[in-house]
Amino acid sequence: MNKDKEQNTTPGKADKTPDIIGEVTGGEYKYGFTSDIPTEILERGLSEDVVRFISEKKGEPEWLLDFRLKAYRYWLTLKMPKWAHLDIPGIDYQAISYYAAPKTKSDAPKSMEEVDPQLIETFNKLGIPLEEQKVLSGMAVDAVMDSVSVKTTHKEKLAEMGVIFCSISEAVKDYPDLVKRYLGSVVSYRDNFFAALNSAVFSDGSFVYIPKGVRCPMELSTYFRINAGGTGQFERTLIVADDDSYVSYLEGCTAPMRDENQLHAAIVEIIVEDRAEVKYSTVQNWYAGDKDGKGGIYNFVTKRGLCRGHRSKLSWTQVETGSAITWKYPGCILAGDESVGEFYSVAVTNNYQQADTGTKMIHIGNNTRSTIVSKGISAGHSQNSYRGLVKVVSKAQGCRNYTQCDSLLLSPTCGAHTFPYIDVMNDTAVVEHEATTSKISEDQIFYCNQRGIPTEEAVGLIVNGYAREVMNKLPMEFAVEAQKLLQISLEGSVG
Amino acid sequence: MKQDILLQVDDLRASIDGKEILKGINLTVRPGEVHAIMGPNGSGKSTLSEVLAGNPAFSVDGGTVDFHGVDLLALSPEDRSHEGLFLSFQYPVEIPGVSMVNFMRAALNAKRKYFNEEPLSATEFLKLMRQKRAIVELDNKLASRSVNEGFSGGEKKRNEIFQMAMLEPRLSILDETDSGLDIDALRIVAGGVNLLKTSNNATIVITHYQRLLDYIKPDFVHVLYKGRIVKTGGPELALELEDKGYDWIKEEVDNK
Repeated sequence: MNKDKEQNTTPGKADKTPDIIGEVTGGEYKYGFTSDIPTEILERGLSEDVVRFISEKKGEPEWLLDFRLKAYRYWLTLKMPKWAHLDIPGIDYQAISYYAAPKTKSDAPKSMEEVDPQLIETFNKLGIPLEEQKVLSGMAVDAVMDSVSVKTTHKEKLAEMGVIFCSISEAVKDYPDLVKRYLGSVVSYRDNFFAALNSAVFSDGSFVYIPKGVRCPMELSTYFRINAGGTGQFERTLIVADDDSYVSYLEGCTAPMRDENQLHAAIVEIIVEDRAEVKYSTVQNWYAGDKDGKGGIYNFVTKRGLCRGHRSKLSWTQVETGSAITWKYPGCILAGDESVGEFYSVAVTNNYQQADTGTKMIHIGNNTRSTIVSKGISAGHSQNSYRGLVKVVSKAQGCRNYTQCDSLLLSPTCGAHTFPYIDVMNDTAVVEHEATTSKISEDQIFYCNQRGIPTEEAVGLIVNGYAREVMNKLPMEFAVEAQKLLQISLEGSVG
Repeated sequence: MKQDILLQVDDLRASIDGKEILKGINLTVRPGEVHAIMGPNGSGKSTLSEVLAGNPAFSVDGGTVDFHGVDLLALSPEDRSHEGLFLSFQYPVEIPGVSMVNFMRAALNAKRKYFNEEPLSATEFLKLMRQKRAIVELDNKLASRSVNEGFSGGEKKRNEIFQMAMLEPRLSILDETDSGLDIDALRIVAGGVNLLKTSNNATIVITHYQRLLDYIKPDFVHVLYKGRIVKTGGPELALELEDKGYDWIKEEVDNK
């Protein structure tokens, strides 16, 4: 009896797996709004004149204009790299505006009253309060909207300890020697296509200097927001940690939902001196495009740190949930003896997102150590690749690397890929690589359901459990946000 | 009389991948009772427990299940849980990276939400966990360990009973909870189950062996064979099965 019903329900069951996950992974982007802020936008297109315009707009010294022009001329000789496991549609670099700035009463607001209320509102909506008294104690924020930094909080308090935390434009004016000494010293404008582009047209970003022996008393945080349409964002971050210093730095980013793709090509350079330690955490939540893969940010970022000092340490932690395309390999050059590099990453891709991300650990100093923990989570029709380089040069004695590379698949139509490059020139090195691929089983979901946990929450729980090792590395305030983000980027309404 | 019945299963039929497994189950369970369901391999014992708990892998082809006045089959698996149905799994799954604390808190708070109650505070919750884990002699490392990950067979089953203690179900189904247990673990698990027994809740024990029933005394013993309950008796039936095996029952049924 009931033969028809039986036949309908049983095969339906096999199809139900992607359905449930599909519903759960269909979450909406919550930062997709656009703020109506009077904005000065440069005409689209890229030329030497545009580079000169940006430099002049910022009142830059001659050497910096030279740096930009050299980068621009070099960029003209380059072609976009094709080696990543990404399907990148042609980008028309003449169709992008390279400078957009919210109009303010003065170039840099001196106090809160001078900041456009609409701007404050925008950042409030994003959960980033700019009013000093409302700022989470223990965190200073630099807010960057489109091409310019709109507000840096807690500057005075930090200055008391000699910590410099300001926009890079201000740093060029106020601390030209420091900027000149370090800018481009880790990521040369000749490094790659996007590094050259960024070096030519970068508009703003954050500058951090921690003096000798200072443990930065609060988390430093930069919040990047793309608001204007038809523009790209090219920010540049430079962090210098002098001998025996410590800083924890956080970076967050969002953008409105638009049908067009927007380009984000940033550079982060970090210099770590003797016995200094830098923790750099990113929660990347650029708009990822809609369910059909329309729109979203193209995120091409070069991040690298130079552990120059003896026993210096640099730790990258990233939670990547956004962007239509991500191309990003935060790396460590372990030049100082006994220096330590770490990379902890969770990369989530959903719908038609593509990510090709990982790290580079270059062991140059003796007894240098590196740890890589990469957790990829793929859903929908997305493609998620880990690409990592571990290199040990011939003179580096006693180096160690441990790499763990896991992939979690949430749909039958997504892809997970691993491209490890291991290049060891010294016999004393110990390099380990472990990799796993898994998926959330129906049994795990049913087990949770039986205990009363609805499917949507169960998936969130399981995914967070899977990513726990990395989430644990995030600073407290960020960890909670990141955990919610993981859930949101994979959640929807379960029927 | 009706309100005296906790679970009323009438002519329940279910299949998986087009293969009919349950062919008309009838079962009545009242509060305070312990029912044992025995039977040869492949007779449908585990299917019955999975179908009652709402595993979507099975399709229900007919029959009704009344659970204290609620149409059980109309509920999602999580709502069945909230309404007081608990299944101790034969093979509890591992959920890497999810601590028992987070898992149980999600479970308990989901239930409280269902009944429009505020979530438990962290302190209250941890206190409750401490009390309940003592019932099955699980140590305090449990809280930080991931759900069933790296647990021994015995620990997994104790962990099931611990979760049962936390959720305080009206009806617990223990699916071969004795399989893979040594005699000490069996004693602890059975002790926990007995401790949780009240006149308001009931237990269905699915087992192959009389051994477990030495510890958990059943009021009724049912024999499931080829998707039907073919014989029901008191505790003495289990002893008889232990003695004579299932062949005589198979013959009785197959010759009919």
